[in-house]
Amino acid sequence: MTVDNPRGAALAEQGRLPAERVALVDLLDRLLAGGVVVSGDLVLSIADIDLVRISLRVLIMSVRENLGEA
Amino acid sequence: MTDTGTYLYAVTEETPSSGVAGLHGVAGTTVRTIPCEGLVAYVSTVPLDQFGAEPLRRSMEDLDWLGETAGAHHHVVEEVADRSPVAPVRLVTVYRGDEQVRDLLRERHDDFVHVLSTVAGRREWGVKAYADLSAPAPAAAAPSRGGPGTAYLKKRQAGLRSREEAWRQAAAQAEHLHDTLSAVAVASHRHRAQDPELSGRREAMLLNGAYLVESSRDEEFLKTVDGLRGRGVEVELTGPWAPYSFTDLEVRGDG
Repeated sequence: MTVDNPRGAALAEQGRLPAERVALVDLLDRLLAGGVVVSGDLVLSIADIDLVRISLRVLIMSVRENLGEA
Repeated sequence: MTDTGTYLYAVTEETPSSGVAGLHGVAGTTVRTIPCEGLVAYVSTVPLDQFGAEPLRRSMEDLDWLGETAGAHHHVVEEVADRSPVAPVRLVTVYRGDEQVRDLLRERHDDFVHVLSTVAGRREWGVKAYADLSAPAPAAAAPSRGGPGTAYLKKRQAGLRSREEAWRQAAAQAEHLHDTLSAVAVASHRHRAQDPELSGRREAMLLNGAYLVESSRDEEFLKTVDGLRGRGVEVELTGPWAPYSFTDLEVRGDG
């Protein structure tokens, strides 16, 4: 199976962004916006937490730090 | 004694290969199965001082924790998906205990069976497309009879028009890409375009699509992706993924 060399690899080479972090963004697209969602007898009501926004905020902050260090 | 919860990763139909020997999930916990009425839930016992609502609120802001947890969750889903059609569950879905998970499998039994039959023999591919919207050169300013002020305004208007036009073209192109890919897929879903800071690119993300493709049509799908490259558009392929984008039980409940 051929899969594109992700753009993250190139950015990682330039020291701009770790490749695994780019992959994490794609993963979070799916893990936080996709998958089976069930509400009800949960310990944690996911609806209470805007997971996507929290994670995007933390990711953006970390990318900024990375760019700052470069 | 620490309070614990039951962390749910994925659901499959019960098969002889439903074992999970040696599989580890979030926070290094051991993955086990809860069978119920022909379905199997893949779970692990997690400490609530890490996976309760309050601690999660904090740790979801910790990138290292988030990366590790997402990676561990994904790893379990991938291992399970290797063996049978899987319905992955959203990150950090934690139940009070196993009985609540059994309740879920009982109450949503038919929904799970339906979702699992939808994704069987199919895989999800991700396709992202980018275009450089700043690229088109502004229309050459025609010699103007007005003064320098008029010339400036005209040039500025032309610039705005060409940028608007570039966006319009990009949106149309994204539609075209999505339609072309959807034609080869069983189902498709457009995720929100990623923030340029996250994609790590200056170009605008036109499309952040997910496509559920019949395994026998994988090659055709990948060829279609290749065919969309060029013409000012950069296309990036990810996957194959477990069918994260096509297992939304809530959607069916609405229908």
